Amino acid sequence: MEAKQATPVKYDMEVVRWFTIAAAIYACVGTLIGVYVASELAWPFLNFDLEWITFGRLRPLHTNAVIFAFGGCALMATGFYIVQRTGATKLWSNGLAWATFIGWNLIIVSAVITLPLGWTSGKEYAELEWPIDIAIAVVWLMYGFNYIMTIGIRKTSHIYVSNWFTMGMIVMITYLHVVNSMAIPVSMTNSFSIYSGVQDAMIQWWWGHNAVGFYLTGGFLAIMYYFVPKQAGRPVFSYRLSVLHFWALTFGYVWLGAHHLQYTALPDWTGSLGAAVSLAMIIPSWGGAMNGMMTLSGAWDRLRTDYILRFLVVALAFYAMSTFEGPVMSIKTVNALSHYTDWTVGHVHSGALGWMAMVAYGAMYHMIKKLWGVEKMYSEGLVNVHFWLATIGTVIYVVAMWVSGIMQGLMWRDYDEYGTLTYTFVESVSAMHPYYAMRAIGGLIFNIGTWIALYNIVMTVRTASSARSASAVPANA
Amino acid sequence: MSDHDKIYSTQLQDKTERSTLLMFVLTAIAVAIGGIVEIVPLFYLPNTAMCQNDPTCNNTQHKDLNGNVIPMDKIIWNPATSAHKTLADWQPGDGVRPYTAVETAGRNVFIREGCFLCHSQMIRPFRDEKDRYGHYSIAEESMYDHTYQWGSKRTGPDLARLAGKYSDEWHRRHLMYPRDVVPESVMPNYFWLADKKVDVAETVETLKVMTIMPFNPVPKTIYTDEYIAGAAAELEGKTDMDALIAYLQSLGNHVKFEEGVNYRD
Repeated sequence: MEAKQATPVKYDMEVVRWFTIAAAIYACVGTLIGVYVASELAWPFLNFDLEWITFGRLRPLHTNAVIFAFGGCALMATGFYIVQRTGATKLWSNGLAWATFIGWNLIIVSAVITLPLGWTSGKEYAELEWPIDIAIAVVWLMYGFNYIMTIGIRKTSHIYVSNWFTMGMIVMITYLHVVNSMAIPVSMTNSFSIYSGVQDAMIQWWWGHNAVGFYLTGGFLAIMYYFVPKQAGRPVFSYRLSVLHFWALTFGYVWLGAHHLQYTALPDWTGSLGAAVSLAMIIPSWGGAMNGMMTLSGAWDRLRTDYILRFLVVALAFYAMSTFEGPVMSIKTVNALSHYTDWTVGHVHSGALGWMAMVAYGAMYHMIKKLWGVEKMYSEGLVNVHFWLATIGTVIYVVAMWVSGIMQGLMWRDYDEYGTLTYTFVESVSAMHPYYAMRAIGGLIFNIGTWIALYNIVMTVRTASSARSASAVPANA
Repeated sequence: MSDHDKIYSTQLQDKTERSTLLMFVLTAIAVAIGGIVEIVPLFYLPNTAMCQNDPTCNNTQHKDLNGNVIPMDKIIWNPATSAHKTLADWQPGDGVRPYTAVETAGRNVFIREGCFLCHSQMIRPFRDEKDRYGHYSIAEESMYDHTYQWGSKRTGPDLARLAGKYSDEWHRRHLMYPRDVVPESVMPNYFWLADKKVDVAETVETLKVMTIMPFNPVPKTIYTDEYIAGAAAELEGKTDMDALIAYLQSLGNHVKFEEGVNYRD
């Protein structure tokens, strides 16, 4: 892992600190908006007849805030942290890293302004309009170039596995964003995709699924491969498994998008191919999950006392669960039931809350202690409270969506003894109410956890800063 | 031999791990392949509604029950061969056509309000979907949908064959206050759409842009210069609500489907 150097390297960690704090803030905001939009579906009066906060406008803000604001800042914080430490080098350009921080946050601010105004390209998870899309491309390339150049100037002989995954993410997200965002503007605030119908659908889900595959999975696997061994104090269980994990996912994940379009007007072979490769992906995904889990072998007792390790292990459990669930849902007979239902929403959230957020928080707690040079968080007890709120909240959310999703699917296809449809559509809507309420509660529990985390982080930083100014000894990052 | 020189995997893997450039290049190739295999053929194969200026749409053939090829101009409206020559004359069943100016304004509202987040426009070939919504959707039906609106979630019902199912007045009441018409609905109230005038300039620009799309542009024989010149007058005085209803009433009645014919092969 880290190269042992005679003279310690002075890393560029200030920008990492800022990205980390930003991630902690955006997690609170992003999941809070999520709780709100979930509540709108349970209690529609919450739309308050204000166009800017109707479900249709706020839901993209929720997804963008969680994926790009929270997820993005967590990825960039951990990325810049890992690439320096595994390469025993400073960043190639600290200035470019700061420009990335400012640029990324300006994009987030512009999303907060434009999405409630209804400035949307109408593509899921790529809603931001073309001027912002251009800004995203520029900032993303700044990040990617800096990252890869930093790998290039590393002092170690080999590139560490986390950096493979991050490199894969950087390349793939560049492809996806550029191809999927191709549009002709009609004004500063509106544009239309150059593709239509079948082609647009395939390209959209090639984007949609690989944003999951390379950003929310690959990028966060980079986190897993660095922080799980670090926190456990043991090397990665199997180097060969990580090689297999990386190349199989890098080559294979790209094919999965078509499974979102089973039984649509897309040619049949495309969805079948997507599903076949989806099933094959269980093997490397579980290999990777086992690789993370087994890294703990011999250190399992630490789960009793190490709350950060708990985050990482539960994240791996959710990773394994979601990477099994996803391929199952891509099988045509299952997809016929699950598509268009809340099951999909539940699946996304077992990934986003259970895997992505949990592994990110594990890494953030670990980093904060190192970055501010403290032995412990302000309150280890609150880390534990956060852990349980996050776990319970996620489980409630996911279970509610499993039940509602499968119920929807079964109600829609149910026939009575006379051969007519048993339920009208609206009967399925009203049957969802208790589950939508339950989902909002699960989300709220998770959200409370994020505020506790933010409080704990802020107090840790404040305590560390005041201790530093009192002793006037600079802490080592 | 020091630990750093020992090869734990294969020579190629070891070489790759030592070289930033090699790792970058191999990764960039590995992640490109799947997308190329699944996306590029959709621009060249039949049954993908990639028509450009090709009336056969990459040799797409739908066959009727007697095995005779159904001419593509029965599926996609062609003013040159149809009895109805202009958008104003077009009748349901004449084949897939692009949207009128007012419908285009309505579609912009549909996208702006994120309707696709809860309403799909893609009917699957299942018995229950046929009974509930109508004939399954075919590729040609969304060929003019730049920024497709198939959606991925049915919090509300599918809209692909909404045309003519309800009256304009029902839509108006439902969009204004959904729970007045459907008490269990969870849809937001959209009464404020009735107070907004449509954005004429943006809608006219949208029509123009649709004719210059690199893939499946609207033929200039349909969006003629005269049609675009007259669009502003057509949009005059219309509200977002009027436009949205016009759009909803245009969904899914373009093709006259024959019972038992496989339109998807």
